[in-house]
Amino acid sequence: MNSFLPWIILLAPLVSAAIITLFTLRWKTLSSSISIAAVLVSFTCSCIIFSHRTATAAEFTWINISGAFQVPLGLTLDQLSRTMVVLVSGIGAAIHIYSLGYMRDDEGKSRYFAALSLFMFAMLGIVLANNFVMLFIFWELVGFTSYVLIGHWFYRDAAADAANKAFITTRIGDFGFMIGILMLWMATGSVVFTEMAPRMATLAVHPPFLTIVALLIFCGAVGKSAQFPLHVWLPDAMEGPTPISALIHAATMVAAGVYMLVRVAFVIQASHTALLIIAWIGTITAVMAALIATQQNDIKRILAYSTLSQLGYMVMAVGLASSDAAMFHLFTHAFFKALLFLAAGSVIVMLHHEQDIWKMGGLSRKLPITFITFVVGALALIGCPPFSGFFSKDAILALAYERNTPIFFLALFTAFLTAFYVIRLLVIVFFGEPRSNIARESRESPLVMTVPLIVLSLLATLGGFAFFARNFLALPVEKEIAIIVPALAIVALIVGSGLAIALYRNRLTEPVKDLELLRHKFYFDEAYSWLIYWTQELLARVSAFVDRWIIDAGAVGGSSRGTWGIGALLRLIQVGNLQGYVFLFGLGVVAIIYFAVFR
Amino acid sequence: MSPFLFWLFASLTVIFGAAVVINRNPVASALSLVASFMGLAALFVSLDAYFVGIIQVLVYAGAVMVLFLFIVMLLNLQAEERRRINWLAAAGGITVAVILLVQIAVTIRRFEAARQAFPPLARSTDDVWNIGALLFRNYNLPFQIVGVLVLVATIGVVLLSKREPQ
Amino acid sequence: MVTLGDYLLVSGVLFSIGFAGVMLRRNLIIILMSLELMLNAANLSLVAFSRFRVDSSGLPNYNAQVFVFFIITVAAAEVAVGLAILVALFRARQTTDVKDISSLKF
Repeated sequence: MNSFLPWIILLAPLVSAAIITLFTLRWKTLSSSISIAAVLVSFTCSCIIFSHRTATAAEFTWINISGAFQVPLGLTLDQLSRTMVVLVSGIGAAIHIYSLGYMRDDEGKSRYFAALSLFMFAMLGIVLANNFVMLFIFWELVGFTSYVLIGHWFYRDAAADAANKAFITTRIGDFGFMIGILMLWMATGSVVFTEMAPRMATLAVHPPFLTIVALLIFCGAVGKSAQFPLHVWLPDAMEGPTPISALIHAATMVAAGVYMLVRVAFVIQASHTALLIIAWIGTITAVMAALIATQQNDIKRILAYSTLSQLGYMVMAVGLASSDAAMFHLFTHAFFKALLFLAAGSVIVMLHHEQDIWKMGGLSRKLPITFITFVVGALALIGCPPFSGFFSKDAILALAYERNTPIFFLALFTAFLTAFYVIRLLVIVFFGEPRSNIARESRESPLVMTVPLIVLSLLATLGGFAFFARNFLALPVEKEIAIIVPALAIVALIVGSGLAIALYRNRLTEPVKDLELLRHKFYFDEAYSWLIYWTQELLARVSAFVDRWIIDAGAVGGSSRGTWGIGALLRLIQVGNLQGYVFLFGLGVVAIIYFAVFR
Repeated sequence: MSPFLFWLFASLTVIFGAAVVINRNPVASALSLVASFMGLAALFVSLDAYFVGIIQVLVYAGAVMVLFLFIVMLLNLQAEERRRINWLAAAGGITVAVILLVQIAVTIRRFEAARQAFPPLARSTDDVWNIGALLFRNYNLPFQIVGVLVLVATIGVVLLSKREPQ
Repeated sequence: MVTLGDYLLVSGVLFSIGFAGVMLRRNLIIILMSLELMLNAANLSLVAFSRFRVDSSGLPNYNAQVFVFFIITVAAAEVAVGLAILVALFRARQTTDVKDISSLKF
């Protein structure tokens, strides 16, 4: 097996991004073709690598500081990586093709595809990296390309601000991540994953160190996977084009956090305290996001909060020490969430970029294919059998039931809420009568957009079944799950859906008006604004004080006054003032007596 | 000489010396200086230097100070008005003077011989004869030169105070 | 018992007062008077030492007293000339303030 083939997976999108940026920005069709070709090459190679289980990739040494710090450039090709590579490049390919339709009238189509290719390069880099430093570099690159893509329509203030918010918030998490990486390197002497795992045993004598390191590494995931309290960037990131929301903020980038946690499970699972904290943060995120989603009115925001909620589930699974359950949910979630976003994008574009659900309605008749695929995705999301979401969510619920009862009930409550807000969305957008002219005059999307939808809906349907998923993942052990778990899950599902249908059937406006707290997203943004304002205010005041009193008055003023004083003294020699001369004379005499008598 | 008298005349000298510097009226300053000289003459006498003491009174208090007072009257110098004091210059000046005084005091302290009493003198010391003999024998040349100096000074004074012919 | 040190101290104090007067007073006449004070302080010091150094025949060392004689003479001459200059200055400038005589610049 050619050991450079894995490198082609990684580098093809990079080459595409370089060519588009440097040469073909003017020709939009050419740029988009290059980008699509590159991602298809990556996908093909990924499939080839996937089928050859013993493939290895060539490794190069990048940094080597006399053995103390070695960073190779290498790719890891275990089952986890291979699955992720196929997932990322596959969904990426679907989204590239979909973007052709969604962005057909856009001015910045070339730079969109260049950024998209660069993103593919970075994301594939994360899943293929075999050491922490490489992972971190690609991690940061993913953050950057996300910034570029969210701010694609940069002339809109909301989009530019959202891009900044995303980058800065994830950066905060990355800071903790970096410190964690450094601490780990310091403790184990290496940054390569396979070398570090066996050396963790020596650290077992320092539980506090392990906890701190695990939590710091988790910080990176908190930022990148938008967990509480760094979740505030994801809903605002919906300002970007919908295919981007689908790719980056549903299927891949946000999943990178979970992937990273699974990759370094040997670090995280070494500390029980860390695991507990991680599980609770995941749970809190899941519940909080689900609550907020019930009161949102923008179709993409609802889906964004649902992503937050499902990511919370995945992190919860990591915290409950089952990487397998987390990866399974990540896998199924990628399909149905991408599907939902693309379907939502289809609706949006056909309604001329209208995103308020209260201006939609009755679209089941106008956009039938979109409707059917959306229903598939919705049913998968709420965990309705036999769709994929049922299996993966069930695995997590079973895990919680076994290991941590409070978390189980909260997870169940979240499942109820999920059913509620998803069915709410479905009913308001697709059923009833159209609420605006735009809705009345809409028609189905072109093939270039509906075909990816259909492909993804098939995957969303099949993805949960063992015969399919077993090829990709180590499935959570299919042992005796107490029948009560899926039973309770289905009950929650039915209750939630029923409530939603009852409340939102045939409505023209939002009936539940009193839940201000939820509608305003628990006032997180306002709280952070206040915090940042006061921190900056404090810093500004301290700086102003230092500037005015220490620098201006002290250093500058002091030296000027000192010079003035010395000048005044020296002036005495010059001015013809007799008594000045006498004074200096006296000084001289005193000095001479001092040196003659007292020394 | 009894210590009481010494300290009396010493403080007299010093106080009137300070009065010279502090007074605003030049006439008062001059008269204070006269008093200071008298005190000084008393101190000379206490040191058994009778000739020098008399010379001090005759020449200094008698001639020099009279000259000062003549000039003050001639120029009709008034008392100075109160003026804004330049505190910085005053502080600087006083500091230097004080440091000088401190240095002198410390040096005197360190001087071993200064603690001894004065050795006794022979019963009769003929001051005038002895000084005169020393002056005209050993210091004859300087004496003559000083004579010429005084002559030159006289001529100079006459020249300097000549009014320009109108 | 009065010692040599006491006389020297008095001399030192007089000298400092005179020096302060030269530095701080603006009126030229007062400056000249302070100058005289300084000279007299030196005289006192000389006479004290003269009395202190007694030779074998019981007489003080008159050299210092001769020195004092010369100092008094020269001081008298100097005062005369100084005052003459002062008079000439006053006639020219109508002022005895030392701040107004600042032509002796660097």
